[in-house]
Amino acid sequence: MLAKIVIVGAGPAGIRAAEVLAGAGLQPVVLDEARQPGGQIYRQPPPGAERDAFTLYGSEAGKARNIHAAFGRLGKSVDYRPDTLVWNCSSNALNILHKGRQGIVPYDRLLIATGAFDRVIPFPGWTLPGVFTLGGAQIALKAQGVSIGKRVALIGAGPLLPLVASQYLEAGADVAAVLDVTPFGAKIRALRGMLAVPEYARRGLSLLLKLKKFGVPTAYDVRAIEVTGNWHVDGLKWRDGAGRWHRIACDAVAASFGLKPEMQLADLAGCATYFDEATRQWLPSLQAGGRSSVPDVYLAGDCAAIGGADVAELTGKRAAYSVLRDLGIGFAADELKGIETTLARHTRLRKALDAAYPFPTHLIDAMSDSLTLCRCEGVTVGELRASYVKTSAPDVNRLKAFTRVGMGRCQGRVCGAMAAEILAGQSGASLPDVGRLRGQHPIKPIPMVV
Amino acid sequence: MISESPQFHRLAERSGEQLVITVDNRDVAVRQGDLIITAVLLHQKAIRRFEFGDGFRAGYCLMAACQDCWVSLGDGRRVRACDTIVEPGMEVRTGIFNANGKTENC
Amino acid sequence: MERLSVDVAIIGGGIVGCAAALALRKAGLTVALLEKGLCGAQASGINAGGVRQQGRHVTELPMTRRAAKLWPRLHETLGEDVEFRQVGHLRLARSEQDVQMLEDYAVTAREHGLYLQLNSGTVTREMFPWVSGKIAGSSLAVEDGHANPRLVTPAYSRAARSHGVHVLEFTPVEHAQWTGSNFEIQAPRLVVKSRHLVNAAGAWAGKFLSFFGESAPLTLRTPNLFVTEPVSYFMTKSIAVCGGAVYFRQVERGNVVLGGGPGWGDLKSERSRNRADTTLGQFARAIELVPELSGLHIIRSWSGLEGDLPDKLPIIGASRTTPNLVHAFGLCGHGFQLGPAIGEILCELIRDGRSQTPIDAFCISRFDAVAHQKMAGAG
Repeated sequence: MLAKIVIVGAGPAGIRAAEVLAGAGLQPVVLDEARQPGGQIYRQPPPGAERDAFTLYGSEAGKARNIHAAFGRLGKSVDYRPDTLVWNCSSNALNILHKGRQGIVPYDRLLIATGAFDRVIPFPGWTLPGVFTLGGAQIALKAQGVSIGKRVALIGAGPLLPLVASQYLEAGADVAAVLDVTPFGAKIRALRGMLAVPEYARRGLSLLLKLKKFGVPTAYDVRAIEVTGNWHVDGLKWRDGAGRWHRIACDAVAASFGLKPEMQLADLAGCATYFDEATRQWLPSLQAGGRSSVPDVYLAGDCAAIGGADVAELTGKRAAYSVLRDLGIGFAADELKGIETTLARHTRLRKALDAAYPFPTHLIDAMSDSLTLCRCEGVTVGELRASYVKTSAPDVNRLKAFTRVGMGRCQGRVCGAMAAEILAGQSGASLPDVGRLRGQHPIKPIPMVV
Repeated sequence: MISESPQFHRLAERSGEQLVITVDNRDVAVRQGDLIITAVLLHQKAIRRFEFGDGFRAGYCLMAACQDCWVSLGDGRRVRACDTIVEPGMEVRTGIFNANGKTENC
Repeated sequence: MERLSVDVAIIGGGIVGCAAALALRKAGLTVALLEKGLCGAQASGINAGGVRQQGRHVTELPMTRRAAKLWPRLHETLGEDVEFRQVGHLRLARSEQDVQMLEDYAVTAREHGLYLQLNSGTVTREMFPWVSGKIAGSSLAVEDGHANPRLVTPAYSRAARSHGVHVLEFTPVEHAQWTGSNFEIQAPRLVVKSRHLVNAAGAWAGKFLSFFGESAPLTLRTPNLFVTEPVSYFMTKSIAVCGGAVYFRQVERGNVVLGGGPGWGDLKSERSRNRADTTLGQFARAIELVPELSGLHIIRSWSGLEGDLPDKLPIIGASRTTPNLVHAFGLCGHGFQLGPAIGEILCELIRDGRSQTPIDAFCISRFDAVAHQKMAGAG
């Protein structure tokens, strides 16, 4: 009997993995929460909202078309199940929710390609209507052809910032400012490393030139941010490296500070994790070929480590080849060799990008007691600090039990890492020691229906 | 106040049939392929009340991760506005306008 | 190697151990509490939070009555609010048979001073319109309610510490023995000498029985809990049902906490998890009782480890092999409400040699016959 292989996620990693496995005649199951394949990066607008690929994906239009076409070609050689939420994993089976109905999908091998989510750092006003993540701002444009506001300020600490800025400008949006909270010098110093993937360096440079051409106010080394407004965004205050405050009128803000793997499913599948000092976040422990610490579970794309869409395609294929190898199914190794070589260059690029956009610890240091940290439950930084003073909670799960931080609908996806930062800052313990919020099902809310 | 000015703005004209849904019992013109969050925020600045304090919310991540944009529908379902596509006649209840009503988010 | 000498050593920082520590210290004894992890991290911290007298076994009624008098003052005892709310506990009957059961139980309960208000199905619906029309009747305990289990036991441990108890967290007991005049309890880098020892180690109590040549048919229990998104407060009572398959309550913030059925757990690795199949199975049971729950979203689930005994009653009382050793474990999923009372009972047992509350039904020797039969069968 054929091994039952289940891929979770139909972004670039999941699609390329499906391609390899389908090519070997294994008919993988592809479960995806979205209604259409492509993931967030190559997300397709819903029927009725279609636009041409170049408008949607700009310089990445070719890649987007290729990915969508590749998945389309697979046809019946994959068991594709869109609009399917995977909300739990235990004993080699996944609990799924499709159109309000519960189901179970057992697997022999599980390939997780659940992507990433914006890394969030709270600042005053971040819960006001009109503040979104950079990824959210991009989705609004890509999937719906709308801008998140009439006049938009964009804030970030990663390559997504200039990308979203240029996409908004090209679409005709009024971009009030592009504020990078990391120093410009870091990018210059990292330039050499970025040349490991010349195409990427070229693209980055052209984005910066575009911002210049549009004449949008751009600042680096932004030290503090404050969104103003009574019940929705009416402006933004920011402080520069010299300590001067600036004011911008705007009705929308998009801000996030790099990306964070969506590793809840890997966590529930029992995959070991480690704290990555370089990116200051928890990652799944990866073994050769995209294998996780659990024998039947493989990881690919941004959920394994942030690498971007190109890397996701490669690690998707690589993990699929590992599945084939572990099942004792032969394949031509030439492509795999090429993948490893290219990935090595991308690893150098990623190191350079991490250096170009260092984690903005100054935004953590600036957090005042009145700042809301957990937007679901409305828990403030001050409540977390006070709870530590009272209880000496040694880890973030204990802090959660006392304060409700991370207990809301998002299950700490947004605020968990920041709660750990606050606890570490208050207690003097290291981030690895304060730990991360333990995964619990459901990964996303599921309805109580009979 | 909250209904007077839109949060979102259409940048790309596109095909897609015009549909009518209701948001808190008021007719709202939308287009086929709009997500609920788009449909609502093209007309107002918020999508729900915050349960544990003053203020409103308008969604946040738009990719079904942050869980900030849950709304109720007339058929009793509760859905994320950012990953639910509008259907003709859909009744969206944000809970913003009926402060004394039974809408869950109040 | 640190050495500590106290009147009483307690193994286990659950609600029983922490409440006993506080009571004993207040009675003037010196106390060391040894907890392998954090206080209130297992059964005491992960339960559904019900503070309930009704429905308990008749032998537990004196103890539960005693506890019920302590809960309303707990915020004073502990110096902080632990979200105890005396909202009342409503036990629902789905059939005339169940109604009869509630009536019979109410008679027994009254003998112990617990007054239960019996309602027909119609009256139940009039009083609580959110209860299903299919309900045949109900029994309301107005003194009952709920509290936040995540807060109660840690608050106890802090109160104990501030009264001078040596609360030693991350201190797993590796060995304990009776030397003839006192106990010697070994933990990493620590030896505690005490005149008395309390075994309040919950699911882990079996290990400590074995140090003293005792045993009990203790098994692992893994409660299965989950909680909904917050919705406006409508369910004004804690809910249980005859047959006990599901129980739930709504907190003031709006979330509904539901429980019942088995989770998954492993004593060795100390890991536990909510079981998805159990949780999914509870949806219909809960909605059958309160239809408004239909459509609410589950946002979080959890489990934990606790001790279970075959007759669903705890072991509370003196060891039969070792002087000055007292057991209090195996609360079988309903120890949260009893905790404050058991703390006082343990204090009396140690200080006076006897408790004013009858606890004979909970003696460890009640399993001797079972153990005997088993051995005979094996032979």
